[in-house]
Amino acid sequence: MTILQIIFLLTAFLTLLAALRVVTSPSMVHAALWLILALAGVAVVFILLNATFLAVVQVAVYIDAIAIMIIIVVMLTRGAVRGQGHTVSKTWWAAALSALVMLTGLLVMLLQAPVRGALPPTLPLDQEAFLERLGQALVDVNQYILPFEVASVLLVAAMVGAIIVAWPLFVRRGEEER
Amino acid sequence: MDSFWIDPFSFIGSQLAAWLTGLGLAENWVSLILQLVGALALGTAVLMLTFLLIWAERKIVARIQDRLGPNRVGPYGIFQTVADLLKLVTKELITPEGADLLPYNLAPLLAVMSVVGLWAVIPMAPTLLGADIHVGVLYIVSVGSIGTLGILLAGLSSNNKYALLGAFRTVALMISYAVPMALALLVPVLLAGSMSMQEIVLAQKGLPFLLLAPVAALIFFVSSIAEVGRAPFDLLEAESEIVAGFHIEYSGLKFGMFFVAEFLHAFTISALTAVLFMGGWRGPWAEQYTALGFLYFLVKTSLVYFVVIWIRGSFPRIRIDQMNALNWKLITPVALAGLVVTAVAEKVALELGAPRLLTHLAGNALLIFAAAAGLGAYARAARRRSELLAKASKAEAPAG
Amino acid sequence: MIPLSWFLIFAALLFCVGLYGALARRNAIAILMAIELMLNAVNINLVAFWRYLGPEAVSGQAFALVVFAVAASEAAVGLALMISIYRRRHTVAVEEIDMMKW
Repeated sequence: MTILQIIFLLTAFLTLLAALRVVTSPSMVHAALWLILALAGVAVVFILLNATFLAVVQVAVYIDAIAIMIIIVVMLTRGAVRGQGHTVSKTWWAAALSALVMLTGLLVMLLQAPVRGALPPTLPLDQEAFLERLGQALVDVNQYILPFEVASVLLVAAMVGAIIVAWPLFVRRGEEER
Repeated sequence: MDSFWIDPFSFIGSQLAAWLTGLGLAENWVSLILQLVGALALGTAVLMLTFLLIWAERKIVARIQDRLGPNRVGPYGIFQTVADLLKLVTKELITPEGADLLPYNLAPLLAVMSVVGLWAVIPMAPTLLGADIHVGVLYIVSVGSIGTLGILLAGLSSNNKYALLGAFRTVALMISYAVPMALALLVPVLLAGSMSMQEIVLAQKGLPFLLLAPVAALIFFVSSIAEVGRAPFDLLEAESEIVAGFHIEYSGLKFGMFFVAEFLHAFTISALTAVLFMGGWRGPWAEQYTALGFLYFLVKTSLVYFVVIWIRGSFPRIRIDQMNALNWKLITPVALAGLVVTAVAEKVALELGAPRLLTHLAGNALLIFAAAAGLGAYARAARRRSELLAKASKAEAPAG
Repeated sequence: MIPLSWFLIFAALLFCVGLYGALARRNAIAILMAIELMLNAVNINLVAFWRYLGPEAVSGQAFALVVFAVAASEAAVGLALMISIYRRRHTVAVEEIDMMKW
């Protein structure tokens, strides 16, 4: 067992444990914290895959933005489900069953013979040249400029939409809305 | 011994590696142990530095306020921070009732972690660098925002209305000011052509980026001070305002960790400004004698830190709505425009063969002029609006 | 060296944990967190295949970047919707938000 294999097994175990705690934790704040741990674990896996740029983007986008948003919204909606006991719906067994079926299907499909034991080929380029090529590919007319621009339009639309949807209700005189 | 004086850091590293290999370890393990030892040394040195930083701040702020500052504990009061820390360590750790224990205890750790983690990518000398990752600038943005998470957790787990309010405000402030900070960070990346911190320092041969992009340097400096939460942006933790904000329920060493994290963060952003805009370890004979490079780095960082303390002692506190207005109405548009201006100026200097310094300075001057004109128009419109309001209320008053 | 199958199994497990969470939880925000887990599993898959089968192409990482952008915007809009629902109906349990059910 090389060091990298040990690190990967540890990280994978921690991430899966955190993911399980996310979906089973009764307290929403705790679930959000376990989610942050799972996201950090995924960032470590990205580093193991030599995608350091994506690892840093993962931390910046998920942990520093999405997780904070989730925690703030959990705080703002705290009074709702507090005294209501169970956190899973009545049909949780159906969900577990479908998840297991999905898992079996995925494993059977992904572990087909050609890719099963594949070892990583050596990286042909050093990271900086690759990063430069990635940046150029995102604005190259023959490559990925269309998804890049559509993603930016999507982000602007999401920003505007989120602001409008979450705009506070009209405050009537003598009555205060939360 | 000669190579020790020329390059003490690589010398120590190679000696340690040779000793470890002599013990019979495989090469993987030797490099792993070296990295762990380096990380430990860096973290410890940086945290020990806080003693000096807090003392320096108290003395300088005291002098600005025409008093002496701590001068009893040790010569010139230099051990005052040790006494303070001993006091904090021996205080009782009171946990408020109803506090959520997991985020409550995790928050100070996250705050300190985010700050110490920033030091991993700051090049302190040509060969003294934690990790020369090629996305160093992006790493700074992402790790710096983990502190925001710590503050949010501190506020919401304290079971205290004021802590929650303070935490929301602080997080809103930090997220808002992270936007112009990241935009201003992109300007040295543009000028140097790489996101790696060491490359940015190496690209400042002859011309520090402070001369090429003064507006970006100023924006980065100001938004970093807001990110740290220091005066004049310290509405959120000043005791006279929101009762010390998000760390009101922390006592003893947990508060000490927030305290240390804040001062260290101020020093860290001074180091970042020095590295990104003032040339870091650059100076005469810095490449040959790396210890000199380290000295230049410390001098430049201390200079910027002195300016940070100077600003703290001179400016009044800004209100939360003024802070938000300042960010979204002035700093972010100027940062965006600055990025575009830098890119255009760089291209112009490249294609037309114009001198680089003059093109960038002209672009920045244009930017400052446009920002000043915009500000003037905004101020005139606001004044006109308030005059109209005053006239309207005066017209109503005799009738009512 | 880590064989590719390890990464694939890990991504599949993470995806299925997220799937269970999205189908079984009552709180709408918990469902959103499970969806984020699923998106992360997809990203790991993309990057693992990029690394092992074609590290000289940029398409793997470009796809992953677009997935990041989509996940961020979806989380933002979803959370804004939840705040709005909470303001009007004072609940975020998905069983009680059933005005459009027959």
